[in-house]
Amino acid sequence: MNVLIDNSQVFLDGFKNTGILFIFSAVFSLILGTIVAGMRVSPAPAMRAAGTFYVNAVRNTPLTLILAFFALGYPKLGLPEISFMNAAVIGLSLYTATYVSEAIRSGINTVSVGQSEAARAIGLPFMQTLSLIVLPQAFRSVVPPLFSVFIALLKNTTVAAGFSVIEAGSIRSTLSDRGEPLLPGLLWVALIFVVLVLGILSPLQRYLEKKWRVAR
Amino acid sequence: MSAVLFDVPGPKARTRNVYLNIITVIVVVGVIGFILFRFYESGQFTAKKWEIFSFPKVQQTFLAAIGATLKAFGVAAIGSLVLGVLLAFGRLTDSKWVSRPCYWFTELFRAVPLLILMMIMYYGLPSAGVKGITPFIAVVVGLVLYNGSVLAEVFRAGIESLPKGQREAGLAVGLTKGQVLRSILLPQAVRAMLPVIIAQLVVIMKDTALGFLITYDEIMKYANFLGSQGQYGSPVVPALMVAAVLYVGMCLILSGLAKYTESKMSSRVKVVKAKAGVAG
Repeated sequence: MNVLIDNSQVFLDGFKNTGILFIFSAVFSLILGTIVAGMRVSPAPAMRAAGTFYVNAVRNTPLTLILAFFALGYPKLGLPEISFMNAAVIGLSLYTATYVSEAIRSGINTVSVGQSEAARAIGLPFMQTLSLIVLPQAFRSVVPPLFSVFIALLKNTTVAAGFSVIEAGSIRSTLSDRGEPLLPGLLWVALIFVVLVLGILSPLQRYLEKKWRVAR
Repeated sequence: MSAVLFDVPGPKARTRNVYLNIITVIVVVGVIGFILFRFYESGQFTAKKWEIFSFPKVQQTFLAAIGATLKAFGVAAIGSLVLGVLLAFGRLTDSKWVSRPCYWFTELFRAVPLLILMMIMYYGLPSAGVKGITPFIAVVVGLVLYNGSVLAEVFRAGIESLPKGQREAGLAVGLTKGQVLRSILLPQAVRAMLPVIIAQLVVIMKDTALGFLITYDEIMKYANFLGSQGQYGSPVVPALMVAAVLYVGMCLILSGLAKYTESKMSSRVKVVKAKAGVAG
């Protein structure tokens, strides 16, 4: 307990930045993931191919490598400078978007065929079929997998600690510099994550899943 | 399945699709071209930056790093599968004294970030007096605890998605509960869940890269080391490109291998597969 109280500022700063990373990456990856999912079911073959290529390439690359590229490689390219924080948000968003798009795509497949057939029958084009009929229903059934993706994202934010971002994962090195005992400090970090995941996100997931359950 | 979202294209839609295709190709080529152009402009393709990869010593160390990654992956994969099966069995036993702790174990280790788990192993335990924790042990134990818990849920979901008759028939012919689980339910569950299991193995492969952050000498760490060699022009981008090609290649080989086994297996048990598909 002492470790937590003596270094409360370290923990607060750390988890504040973890929260910022999480929220921004979640929003961006949701937007990008939906677009990619739309591309992967679109009528244009080139769009499908581009979406598939992106998902397959990024999903087979470790997050560590993607973050390393944006933190260490990007500054060498002579492009406008970005902070380590922004680099981490970009990396996490690009990585998580592939998982979001896969979740949404599988959700699109769960919407019964009759829905989109009916939409086509009344003359809706692809974009309207997708955005007005299929996606609103798909979003409901993808709530559980999407939440799992975001829980994974919350945990993945710790990787950014390896690339000069001050957040929950870097609490260890700060404690180490201060000469604090590491094991209790790390166990507190782990416990806070357990509370965030099992205490907040998972119950929310179950609640939304129940609330938005689609009767089929 | 996606074909239901749009009609078979008529003449108008076909021209529109052609335009969409052209626009997509232009955008994709534009993005990739811009990245390559920036690489070129900032001198990432100059011989000096790639020279370091031509040294036999560097190549050998790279091979050793690949070996280290594969070793961590192999040990962690086997450990996770074993732990996953044990935890799944534990959760499915009738005794509350076994199933409850197994439940909490899986929930707990799925909630803690893998990197924090590895840090607890590598930095936390030695500071509390535990000796002999190498980065390799920390990486493998972290991976096994996390992925074992995930796989336990996968196995359990697979077993529970099987038709009830399977278990009942097994019990009816006089097998014990354990035998039913081992020789009737588990093999079918594994087949039904093979895609998910493989996806998790790919996750293990990728997560070995976290070892870089706790000083395990694997591909990422070595690539980062090469990238910091000032006398060769700090080839960070080339080193990361080589690492990316290695990881993507290894993961694709792994998924390819998995698809192959899956097609082999499913051709033998089409009926079971179709049923499991409906239930799942």
